[in-house]
Amino acid sequence: MSADTPTPKFTGVLGWIDYRLPVISWGYKELVAYPTPKNLNYFWNFGSLAGIFLVLQIVTGIVLVMHYTPHADMAFSSIEHIMRNVNYGWLIRYAHANGASFFFIVVYIHIFRGLYYGSYKEPRELLWILGVIILILMMATAFTGYVLPWGQMSFWAATVIVNLFSAIPLVGDSLVTWLLGGFSVGNPTLQRFFSLHYLMPFAIFAVVFLHILALHEHGSNNPVGIDLTKKDKIPFHPYYTVKDVFGLFVALLFFGAFVFFAPNVLGHADNYIPADPLVTPAHIVPEWYFLPFYAILRSITFDIGIFGFTLIDAKLGGVIAMFGAVLVLFFLPWLDTSKVRSATYRPIYFWAFWILLADVVILTYTGAMPAEGIWPTVALIGTIYYFFHFLVLLPLLGRFEKPKPVPESINKPVLPRAAPAGPQAQPAE
Amino acid sequence: MRTTFAAALVGAALFATPSAAPAAEAGAELMTRDWSFEGIFGSYDDAAAQRGLQVYDQVCAGCHGMKYVAFRTLTDLGYSEEEVEQIASNYTVTDGPNDMGEMFERPAEPNDTWPSPYRNDAEAASIFGKAPPDMSVIAKARVGGADYLYSLMLGYDDEKGMDLSPGNYWNKFYPGNIIAMPPQLYPDLVQYADGTEATPEQMAADVSHFLMWAAEPKLEQRKRLGIGFMLFCTAMALIFYAMNRRLWADIKK
Ligand code: HEC
Ligand code: HEM
Repeated sequence: MSADTPTPKFTGVLGWIDYRLPVISWGYKELVAYPTPKNLNYFWNFGSLAGIFLVLQIVTGIVLVMHYTPHADMAFSSIEHIMRNVNYGWLIRYAHANGASFFFIVVYIHIFRGLYYGSYKEPRELLWILGVIILILMMATAFTGYVLPWGQMSFWAATVIVNLFSAIPLVGDSLVTWLLGGFSVGNPTLQRFFSLHYLMPFAIFAVVFLHILALHEHGSNNPVGIDLTKKDKIPFHPYYTVKDVFGLFVALLFFGAFVFFAPNVLGHADNYIPADPLVTPAHIVPEWYFLPFYAILRSITFDIGIFGFTLIDAKLGGVIAMFGAVLVLFFLPWLDTSKVRSATYRPIYFWAFWILLADVVILTYTGAMPAEGIWPTVALIGTIYYFFHFLVLLPLLGRFEKPKPVPESINKPVLPRAAPAGPQAQPAE
Repeated sequence: MRTTFAAALVGAALFATPSAAPAAEAGAELMTRDWSFEGIFGSYDDAAAQRGLQVYDQVCAGCHGMKYVAFRTLTDLGYSEEEVEQIASNYTVTDGPNDMGEMFERPAEPNDTWPSPYRNDAEAASIFGKAPPDMSVIAKARVGGADYLYSLMLGYDDEKGMDLSPGNYWNKFYPGNIIAMPPQLYPDLVQYADGTEATPEQMAADVSHFLMWAAEPKLEQRKRLGIGFMLFCTAMALIFYAMNRRLWADIKK
């Protein structure tokens, strides 16, 4: 079985349309015939899953907006109106709130899949960069969305996060006022965040389109990480459509467990208290998917300078580290100098990957803890390791790590384990 | 396999990750109860919620409002429409302006929501030092939910409160322990319509049950739909799993 499925000639109405606007044959080529590696494992389900959760967020979001009022005096009440008076309003709202969390879980798994199998390497650098742009847009969307119910956490998270920009020298304070539409978080902030929250998912949608365009140019990577020939590929439909639908229903089981049986555990109780500028909550904690970045933000507790001159104060340092933690991903395709894609054939990178993952989990944990006791130290070590992985370890590994023999094709990948590095082994540069 | 081992490492770390809820204030451990609304098949106990309504109506409503809960929704708890009208009519709401351009007061109707006894929070705060919060979603707005409410109602200690300034009371479960709400529940404070003995524990449990309903009135509908959803997804997952196996059989040989 190979993927050489020619695009059929469409007839009838479809043919009439396709002759004038070739969307039918285009859809056929990209979604039905698309030649896909036949050895993909279940980690490759998460891309289409992310797409489905994006659509779920857009659909539930549009319905919510039909009943929601973006005004500081009415936002909280309108949410309660949705929960109590709108038919199945509770379902729409809980699906949207938990959908955001699931979107992040799915995308985080998708990203770590890419890290493990080296999916960001040549020729998929732009595909990866588009992914990082999606991630940043998702974060901005989730952040603005969390402000909309206008509860205590909404209000104070907005206050804390937007005020980070005041760390920027010279323009910081004016920038904050400009972003907030005033000197503190208030109705103008809510209204502009609402506007942006409605806009950005469509921007994400557009970037996902480009993401898939880039993906289909060179085809999907695969667990072995080598370029495949036509005979190792199969048409996307029905093989991966059916596999993806199976994965979707499994994911919906997890999703349903939260939406129907524990709809509030991923949120904060404080957000059921209406926003009150005069009362600061005891702990201001972001949503779980921001916790690693929050830990990195808080890890810089000291000024950086020379000869007693402060060059970067602690606040600015934290902000730089936090944004740097995301921005460093843009450079990953060039920071990782190894030519071997899959971690399966990289004995040291294999461990570096798992340690990085553990580091991010520890940072997540740390982000939820109050900044006292051992936690600031843990956060600092976690942050240093995070940057060490990308900026030092990866560039060096490509030079010094000796990869295991990489099979020529997926049909004969089983070289004896103990065999000395064969001629196929890609030597370090 | 190494992958399994490494995954187990990360899994163990994940397992230790705290829930996203902020760590409860370093306070006393809450008293817990087995609530009928917990669990996958959980539902409200109408008798308990009706008793809770009685406590709320006769005690709590004197200070607290519940501005998102409409009287008409009480039919969910097994009241008839006449009973709902009766309950509502004991409250006074402000309406208007009328054809003279003036606001006026009238007895509440089923479509009204629970009014606050005070004109605004400032008036309430001037009496107690702190405004009694709205009760509509209080059961979701506190870590611990119904367990917290139950504990709070029973957490007062008069002895420790002796030295506090007037209007302040000592409560084991309130964050910071000093609360502006006086202790509420004394034995036989209400006369339960169903004859249940009105001990403080009983009243605390009942009013917490009622407040959970007030905060999450769609809980029963949610869980019922959820069971259907889970069954449907399980069935579909099995069907597609079988299809997938069969489809891939010739590829994977
Ligand atoms: C005499 C007036 C009064 C009555 C009656 C009253 N409360 Fe309160 N309540 C208050 C005040 C004042 C506060 C604010 C206390 C504070 O935050 O210090 C409050 C706060 C609360 C809180 C919030 C505590 C927190 O964690 O912030 C709950 C829950 C509560 N009351 C439940 C009840 C229940 C249930 C009843 C009926 C059994 C009741 N109250 C009756 C005055 C009252
Ligand atoms: C809205 C969010 C996203 C959607 C809908 C999405 C969608 C997809 C889809 C459908 C695929 C093909 C299936 C697969 O290989 O899993 C894919 C591949 C890929 N995505 Fe994403 N993606 C998203 C976000 C991201 C992000 C944030 C990154 C990285 C920062 C990323 C990096 C990649 C890479 C590298 C591939 C190629 C994988 C391979 O072929 O091995 N994606 N994406």
